[in-house]
Amino acid sequence: MSSSNDKPLKKVCIICAKGTIEDVYAALVMTNGAVMEGIEAKLFFTFFGLDAITKKQMKKLKTATIGNPALRMPGNIPFPTLLGALPGVEAGVSAMMKSQMEQLDIPPVDEFMELITAGGGEIYACKLAMDMFKLKREDLCEHVSGVLTIGEFYEMAGGEGTQIIFT
Amino acid sequence: MAQKEFAGQMVDVNEEGYFTNPQQWNKEIAAAVAKEEGLELSDKHYAIIEFLRNRFNSGEALSIRSINKSGIVDVKEFYALFPGAPLKKSTKIAGIPKPSSCI
Repeated sequence: MSSSNDKPLKKVCIICAKGTIEDVYAALVMTNGAVMEGIEAKLFFTFFGLDAITKKQMKKLKTATIGNPALRMPGNIPFPTLLGALPGVEAGVSAMMKSQMEQLDIPPVDEFMELITAGGGEIYACKLAMDMFKLKREDLCEHVSGVLTIGEFYEMAGGEGTQIIFT
Repeated sequence: MAQKEFAGQMVDVNEEGYFTNPQQWNKEIAAAVAKEEGLELSDKHYAIIEFLRNRFNSGEALSIRSINKSGIVDVKEFYALFPGAPLKKSTKIAGIPKPSSCI
């Protein structure tokens, strides 16, 4: 598949700044996929992405039912924006997303992070966003290795064959 | 189709070295493939390989999560037993196709 001239990817630093189910899972799948391939992987959560590593929020992630034109109901019918605004609809849609994922053997957020860290992947939180959201280290789940400034993040991203990916 | 010799037997493999006919596999062949990957197989390795083959034979998808739930090893041990790319390495040694799952 790859020619001998290709330089293999050695390290990925993935940034997740949003807290919806799909944004968080995209970052988790990419990170875990890298770990499984033997690629060094660092996952960095910032802004609303912090919900994914906050003990209180990580099990309650949602998919947005408003402002999401690709969201469709079963039978491929477009999802009306006004319906998405009704109470309980977002929770229902999110529960459906989660059950679909469970069917594909995609683990819940905390278990996914356990798989990543068990394989040597590392998960970090952004210091500035933590300060903004008034979060403390103890609010974060056990899978988080540390809280970083952007400078520390770039230090970590050094080395040949490294890619920074902003999801 | 390419063929490769392991433990004195010719087996059909694809361009990445995965067996194309899982029937051609046996424990001696597994040890030879493992050696090529730089691994000496222990009982734990064989237990995982057996688990992978059983799961493959029953048509179930292989994922890192299924290993964690297997009751044989946890993920940390799995990475330690097959360092680098564990699921790819272990399926190659198990003589089954490379997993097509993303998780």
